[in-house]
Amino acid sequence: MSPFQIIFLIVAGLTLASAGMVVTARRMMHAALWLVLTLLGVAVLFATLEASFFTAVQVVVYIGAIAILIIFAVMLTRLNLQEDEPGVNRFAWLAGLVSLLIFAGLVAVLSLWTGFNTVRPTFAGEDIIALGKAMVSANGYAIPFEVASVLLIGALIGAIYVAGEPRKPASKPESK
Amino acid sequence: MPGFWQDPIGFIANLLHSLLIGWGLPAAVVDVILSVLGAGALAMGAMLFVIFLIWYERKLLGRIQDRLGPNRVGPFGIFQSFADMFKIFTKETITPQGADVIPYNLAPILAVAAVLLVWAVIPFGVNIMGANLSVGVLFVLAAGGFGELAIMLAGWGSNNKYALMGGFRAVAMLVSYEVPMVLALLVPVLLANSLNLNDIVRAQTVPFLFTAPVAAIVFFITQVAESGRAPFDVVEAESEIVAGFNVEYSGLKFGMFYVAEFLHAFTVSMLFATLFLSGWRGPGAEQIPLLGVLYLMIKTFLVYFIIILFRGSLPRFRIDQMLNLNWKVLTPLALVAFFMTALFDKSLAQLGVVGNDLGAQVIRTLVLLVVNGIILWLGERWLSQATRPVRRDVRLTKPAVVDRYPGAK
Amino acid sequence: MLNNWLYIGIFFIIALALPGVAIFLAGVLGPKKSNAEKRATYECGIETVGETQIQFHAQYYIFALIFLIFDVEAVFLFPWAAAYGQMSFYAVLEGLIFILVLMGGLAYVWKKGVLEWK
Repeated sequence: MSPFQIIFLIVAGLTLASAGMVVTARRMMHAALWLVLTLLGVAVLFATLEASFFTAVQVVVYIGAIAILIIFAVMLTRLNLQEDEPGVNRFAWLAGLVSLLIFAGLVAVLSLWTGFNTVRPTFAGEDIIALGKAMVSANGYAIPFEVASVLLIGALIGAIYVAGEPRKPASKPESK
Repeated sequence: MPGFWQDPIGFIANLLHSLLIGWGLPAAVVDVILSVLGAGALAMGAMLFVIFLIWYERKLLGRIQDRLGPNRVGPFGIFQSFADMFKIFTKETITPQGADVIPYNLAPILAVAAVLLVWAVIPFGVNIMGANLSVGVLFVLAAGGFGELAIMLAGWGSNNKYALMGGFRAVAMLVSYEVPMVLALLVPVLLANSLNLNDIVRAQTVPFLFTAPVAAIVFFITQVAESGRAPFDVVEAESEIVAGFNVEYSGLKFGMFYVAEFLHAFTVSMLFATLFLSGWRGPGAEQIPLLGVLYLMIKTFLVYFIIILFRGSLPRFRIDQMLNLNWKVLTPLALVAFFMTALFDKSLAQLGVVGNDLGAQVIRTLVLLVVNGIILWLGERWLSQATRPVRRDVRLTKPAVVDRYPGAK
Repeated sequence: MLNNWLYIGIFFIIALALPGVAIFLAGVLGPKKSNAEKRATYECGIETVGETQIQFHAQYYIFALIFLIFDVEAVFLFPWAAAYGQMSFYAVLEGLIFILVLMGGLAYVWKKGVLEWK
């Protein structure tokens, strides 16, 4: 057992345990905080894979923006902070069965995949530059790059449409 | 083995390495121990430095306000911070009832850790840095995200309506100000072609303050706002919303938020010096790295001085003024600056002005300076036109023809 | 590269431990005369009324949302900016189109009046 494997097992175990706590926590706010820990675990896994860019991006986007958005959403919909619900509902056994089936399916598919043997190409620390060049090269990912910007605009417009208040609102929430 | 003056960290590391290997420890463990020692020294150094910073700020603020500042405890009051530290260590820590234990206690620790993390990637000298991350700039952003999380935890963990609302306002403001900050951060990355902070310093034969002044100004303003300093301190000012998200903290936990704020202001100055004032560069810094540390500290203190001047002289913004400033001024400004810089720099490269020699750099700097000047001028024109008070139209009725001298011919 | 992240990890743990130990020390050194009055929730010096419910402005959520969009945009732009020196003019133009589309998004949000506080 190399130290690498030990670190991986510890981090993966923590991530999975946090994910379990997200689903079974009694208070929504606790679930959101466990989610932050899960995302942090994934970031550490990226770091062990020497994917520095994705480690940083995971923390910046997921923890710095999405987790905060989720916490805001929890606060927006849960007016009573002390709400305490049981973590498991009646159909937990069905959900567990489906999850197990999906997990078995994934294991079966991945065990036949040959991709695990490919060697990771090295870019000598300039992987970000390689990524940047690939994103704009004509036979690279130029089209997806531009489509991504349109997708982001679509998301922005959709979110504003759903969440924004109309200009002349019929009823405004009471301020403070 | 490199000499001490050429490579201080390498010299000490080699020394300790051979010492520990001589004691019979395996190489991997020795590496880990060296990392721990290095990280510990840096973190301790930063924390102890805060004591000096607090004294410096109080003295300077006092002078701005025409008073002396602390001057009783020790010569010029330099031991004042120690006295305050001892006092705050022995205060009773009161945990409010119903407070959620883990978030409530984790928040001050995370707030300090988030700021300390940035110190790990800043290049203090040619080869004096914590970790030479290839994604240093993104890492700085990540550390900011942890800081926001800490405020969230503090606001929620206190089980107090006002703390929660203060926390939300604070995070909403911080999150808004990250947008122009990220866009302004893109400009040094563009000019230096790397996310590595040491590379950015090395690319500054001409400091980026002159090549990208708009980005520097936007970055400076957003960073002052991010650290919650005046004039952006509506979320933690004493006269507002009763000290905001840290209202239920007492004793050293509150002290930790205080320390985090001061350290954040200094770290922000160090970042600005690294990204826009050419960091550790200066005469002789390449040969003797410790000189680089000196230059960086001088530049950082210059920026920190300006931040303290802001605090002492500017009135506080209202939150709607702050958010307007952010979304309607800083974000478009940063976007346009980034756009124009990218366009003109590549046009220059197409025309053949390329290379790291001084001549090409000067031409590039001048062109970009002109472009930035145009952006600033246009921005100023647009702003003054947008904020011009709307005149009431007083010509509601036609003026009556008045015969002033009735009866006269 | 792994060494760097290991250093960061160790630094993070030390950065968490330093204030943690300090707070623990303060807890040990300080007096512990806790009573119900001290532990009560602070509400400008009067008794608390009602449960801890809050009024939450939807505006907070919208700002976080807009920040998320611009954050993801910046994540796309960072590699582009890093590779800037080695790109052709055409590639730079592609990135500029990306930025233009997002400037359009900002303009839309502005015109919609969503950026007004309260």
